Amino acid sequence: MNHSFLYKIGAFHIVVMALIMFSNQSFAVEPVDVSPKYEARYHALLAELRCLVCQNQTIAESNSELANDLRVEVNKMLNRGSTDSEIINFMADRYGDFVLYKPLVKPKTYLLWFGPFVFLAAILLLVLLFVRKQTSGAKVELSDDEKQKLDSILKDTKE
Amino acid sequence: MFKYLLPVILFFVLCGFLFIGLYKDPSEVPSPLIGKSVPEFSLPMLEDSSVQFSNNEFLGKVSILNVWATWCFACKQEHPALLELAKRNIAPIYGLNYKDDAGKAKLYLRDFGNPFKANAFDEAGRVAIDWGVYGAPETFLIDKKGIIRYKHIGPLTLNDLDNKIQPLIQQLKNES
Repeated sequence: MNHSFLYKIGAFHIVVMALIMFSNQSFAVEPVDVSPKYEARYHALLAELRCLVCQNQTIAESNSELANDLRVEVNKMLNRGSTDSEIINFMADRYGDFVLYKPLVKPKTYLLWFGPFVFLAAILLLVLLFVRKQTSGAKVELSDDEKQKLDSILKDTKE
Repeated sequence: MFKYLLPVILFFVLCGFLFIGLYKDPSEVPSPLIGKSVPEFSLPMLEDSSVQFSNNEFLGKVSILNVWATWCFACKQEHPALLELAKRNIAPIYGLNYKDDAGKAKLYLRDFGNPFKANAFDEAGRVAIDWGVYGAPETFLIDKKGIIRYKHIGPLTLNDLDNKIQPLIQQLKNES
């Protein structure tokens, strides 16, 4: 395979990557008319909800139709006077806990929420035990027998 | 000895988890609606917008709901499987025509065959939100009490019909 062919492929990839990058920017997220009264809550809620079509984006960032429909729905619910937790539950009831970037605290998620702390406590305990063993080991006193041996060795070296 | 083996064992356990993860499809999100009644709704029928299609349609029999649209490429892919399922005549298939154009949808059914007993026309996609739909096609199996029992995400294949859908429908039909 000659080099100019490889260069062409490389150049083609760069062009495609650039197109992908720019295409992402040129489609702006469709704006929803949010009353200033709810704007802060609206944005906070959107940032907590995952877009299921594009998984690693929140519904605030996603351009997908579904994300747009859900933004409209969040806005409607805010205008109807729903609380934040009502809106979060509305989404979780339909799309599952997976839509929540911050999982709810319930028995099924205890491990997720408290697991790291349990793990940290276990590690600290192990470290503590290890350190204690080390320091107490240094304090071991010699028996009379051992003292005599030590003395005789020291005497020998002096002579 | 165990002291030195432990990290190695932990390493392989971790590898095992990662290996299983390779074969899981992250786009398949378990539906929280399984085991729950179908959401309440009332929509105009695609075939005749003066008639309403409501969730009462799902009571008293095992039925199938398929979410589809003409703009959805994977729906075209699964269309032959739906036609086959309809031909087997084991349970009525209802359609939820999702964010579509009524004219185009009717033409589509005329041209490619119509597996549906009836279609609800969800132009705004609001009812689909209540069903937790996040991408067409999606297929729901509903039992006699109107409870959602199974959800298939993505296009159905003949293989799915034989191995999953048909056996499940039989099982649901045998329930009192």
